Amino acid sequence: MTIANSPSGFNRSPSLEKKNTPARVIDMGFWGLTLTLALGAGSVLVWVIIQTGLSSTQAIQQFGLGFLFNTTWDPVNNIYGVLPQIYGTIITAFIALLLAIPVGVGVAIFLTEDFVPRYITTPIAFAIELIVAIPSVVLGIWGIFVLVPFLRPFFQFLNKNLSWIPFFGGGAPRGNNLMIVGLVLAVMIVPIIISITRSTFEVLPPSLRSGSLALGLTRWETILRVLIPAGLSGIVSSVMLALGRAMGETMVAAMLVGNANRIDISILQPGATITGLIASQFGEAGRLQVSALMYAGLVLMVLSLVVNIIAELIIRRFQNVER
Amino acid sequence: MLSFKSFSRRKFTLLTATLLSLSLAACGTGTVAEGDDDAPPVTTEGTGETIAISGAGATFPAPLFQRWFDTYNREVNTDVQVSYQSVGSGAGLEQYINGTVDFGASEAPITESEDRMKSFGEKYPYEPLQLPLVGGYVIFAYNLPGVDAEIKFSRETYCGIVGGTITNWNDPAIAADNEGVELPDLPVTWVHRSDGSGTTFVFTNHLDTVCPAWEAGAGTSVDWPVGIGGQGNEGVAAGIQQNEGAIGYISYAFAELNDIPVARIENAAGNYPDPLPANASLAFEGEEIPEDFELLVPDPKHPDAYPISGLVWVMVYREYADAAKWEALKATLEWTLGPDGKAITEELYYVPMPDALIERIQEALDSVEAG
Repeated sequence: MTIANSPSGFNRSPSLEKKNTPARVIDMGFWGLTLTLALGAGSVLVWVIIQTGLSSTQAIQQFGLGFLFNTTWDPVNNIYGVLPQIYGTIITAFIALLLAIPVGVGVAIFLTEDFVPRYITTPIAFAIELIVAIPSVVLGIWGIFVLVPFLRPFFQFLNKNLSWIPFFGGGAPRGNNLMIVGLVLAVMIVPIIISITRSTFEVLPPSLRSGSLALGLTRWETILRVLIPAGLSGIVSSVMLALGRAMGETMVAAMLVGNANRIDISILQPGATITGLIASQFGEAGRLQVSALMYAGLVLMVLSLVVNIIAELIIRRFQNVER
Repeated sequence: MLSFKSFSRRKFTLLTATLLSLSLAACGTGTVAEGDDDAPPVTTEGTGETIAISGAGATFPAPLFQRWFDTYNREVNTDVQVSYQSVGSGAGLEQYINGTVDFGASEAPITESEDRMKSFGEKYPYEPLQLPLVGGYVIFAYNLPGVDAEIKFSRETYCGIVGGTITNWNDPAIAADNEGVELPDLPVTWVHRSDGSGTTFVFTNHLDTVCPAWEAGAGTSVDWPVGIGGQGNEGVAAGIQQNEGAIGYISYAFAELNDIPVARIENAAGNYPDPLPANASLAFEGEEIPEDFELLVPDPKHPDAYPISGLVWVMVYREYADAAKWEALKATLEWTLGPDGKAITEELYYVPMPDALIERIQEALDSVEAG
């Protein structure tokens, strides 16, 4: 009875007044509205997952977990598996991170550590953040018409002279391959790493820096032993955000990866990514194929979720270290 | 001070509330406006001013369709506005089945897809009506620096290239087809479409019939044994142009636009016809047209026909509730088959339909009930 007599919303209302003044009504309305919006934002995610799951039921029933380990994608005979795409997605994201982390963290340190005056760093920082504004399809076209012809001699050089390293082996590289996708993805995610890492370094207590210098550490030691460990949680979260972006990036992958349905240890050979597969085949797909593409989308979502969970765990660990 | 403070707080709350309600109102009008977008086909029907017709489907004929419908609107009947969304054949067929468009377009006939025919049967009391309005043909484009002569391929040779058994340009099979041409020692890079495409359907439909060793079948996307995938005709064209020794298939218009050399290939009669629209049109000459217009000519018999051609089907309903809309659509479709439409078709390197087929299409159009 007590529950029925006390409308829960009124008790939780931020206002302490009891009368129904207009301000109070507005407060209540605001509370209700924000609650609805908050729930709405969450339910959109749930809805997308459920809808994707429902659309992929046909493929899930037919292929089960074998979908993850099958290397065939044959729309004519309706046999689908996404192992090459999972491999390609992970490898390209990994190459992108490998290139972007040192560059990103390095630039962030350069921009925050007073190596050069502010009137130089500010425009640089601004320009870097503008990279994010380049549409990925433009980067894709740039990749096809500028970067591929430009880098092909370099790829061929690597292939010719270092082919004893499995990563650079295989036949003569043609330009569309896993490595170039990794390169362009690195360009796209570097700004994310820089801007988050930079703000992390900026909010580090100045006492850390002055203290370490006062103790006689060199600048190198201060950066490597004090600042980077102190800002590690920020760096890691920027890297994880960047990884999410790299794994989900579609146009660049579809346009540059070569879309060859195979697994090759060499990063100079064409491959495929989940996003590229979905983007290129959705329009003309038959029914079971659409279902299989949705299943592939679900796999990608799970991959991203796993990455995010790992990121959360890592960040917590490092946060504890800091304290 | 206190009263001022409380006043200002109230004012702030009011302001916030106003802002919120404004933004809500904005959202509200947003949804109404969206409704309006869908509305014109319905609301303007009665007024007799503009008739908006919407279609969706294949990307392959999209440039031609846009040109056709735009010209029709500007030069023939300004009241008729046909909009065409090139969402892909599969998506176009789904929209056609769901009845969200006035017509669909596909490069693979709907009668080929059993489950789609079943869904259509559940929704409509009649069979779908598919009409081939235009054809397209697919050519082999290549990049072979230092070779100026036109390259020829016999059937065995191009089957070998696509199947991955011929891997170098100095292969004896290619040399035998091109006597007197000095072929370089260069690996063959096969470039195919990575996106689902009617071009791929037409091409693989031909391979599936002609090449004994071809196992990937025919479809809008297939499991290619070799090669790299390019996104769209332009992606394949770029892939060919940038890689020495590359060869791939694209629709003729793209090779022409990008100035890529085109190979001559052997047809069923053993001839090597010019890869030109007129020869591609011969593929449909003298072929018997089935009742449901499912005319696939994977290997035309005409001695001068270019061998890799296919049709684009426009899917219309057999009954339209709105007579004015159907009359407008019918008039537009008839115009595209007439001399003005045909001129545009040829200008854009698509293949016009032979007269016998146009007569049959006309009969089918007349049989549609409206009103």
